[in-house]
Amino acid sequence: MPASRGVSVLQALRYRGRQGMFAWTLHRLTGLGIVLFVGTHVVAAFFLQQFGDPLATALTAFYESWFTQIFVYFCVLYHALNGGRLALMDLFPGLLRYQHELVWLQWAVFAPAFLVPVFFLIRSGLFPS
Amino acid sequence: MSISPRARPTGSWEHLLWTFTRLSGLALLLFGAFSLAMGFVFGGRTQLDLPGFMRWMFFPNPNHVVNSDIPDVTAGWSNAFWQIYSMLMIALASAHAMNGVRMVLEDYLKRPLAVAVLRMLIGGLWIAALIVAVYVILAS
Repeated sequence: MPASRGVSVLQALRYRGRQGMFAWTLHRLTGLGIVLFVGTHVVAAFFLQQFGDPLATALTAFYESWFTQIFVYFCVLYHALNGGRLALMDLFPGLLRYQHELVWLQWAVFAPAFLVPVFFLIRSGLFPS
Repeated sequence: MSISPRARPTGSWEHLLWTFTRLSGLALLLFGAFSLAMGFVFGGRTQLDLPGFMRWMFFPNPNHVVNSDIPDVTAGWSNAFWQIYSMLMIALASAHAMNGVRMVLEDYLKRPLAVAVLRMLIGGLWIAALIVAVYVILAS
């Protein structure tokens, strides 16, 4: 971890850490996304159940919508697969020899596991039966 | 070409948390896979829609899938096994999450006082989350 954080956005884009940098950024963002969703969910559910608060009702309608579900599913699935890859590489450092292949394997698992449910979420979201 | 392991934090406490993050993450993957599989075993394929399955997977609690078509929620879906299971899952997940938030924020906060306040806040949130979770699990 670098000691200095004085890095501009342009410098960061020029850093070109390739797959690892992209995975690190996405892992952080998706992790924070999960915390944000679960936190909102718990607080909104409490105020909805105890007080029937209209703001909580609006928040609940927002996070139960099909596009929020797609966002949450992206966060959880990416964080789970990427975290699993990292944990396995840390427990078995021999796997580091294949880290680029593992990233592509991860996307190969991610693509169908993400896109198939998303197809059904979009279909039932756009055309409710 | 020799391959060295990725950088690990030094100091026993940070290293313990580093190990905990890896192990709890792997355990949560298994928890998720197991609740998904058991949801299918309990007939969820015909009784839960896709969002219902996601809700059961993330938090296997009968109240969490109350909007679905499960006819008798006490059979299979609601018992002490799933209560203990949910508590274990929440304990691992909240510790994993709060430590992750701490790691991210401490990358940007350097002043010792700010770090100390941050740790107290996150610790308080963690305890609150555990209490709420145990209440919700036991009340359902």
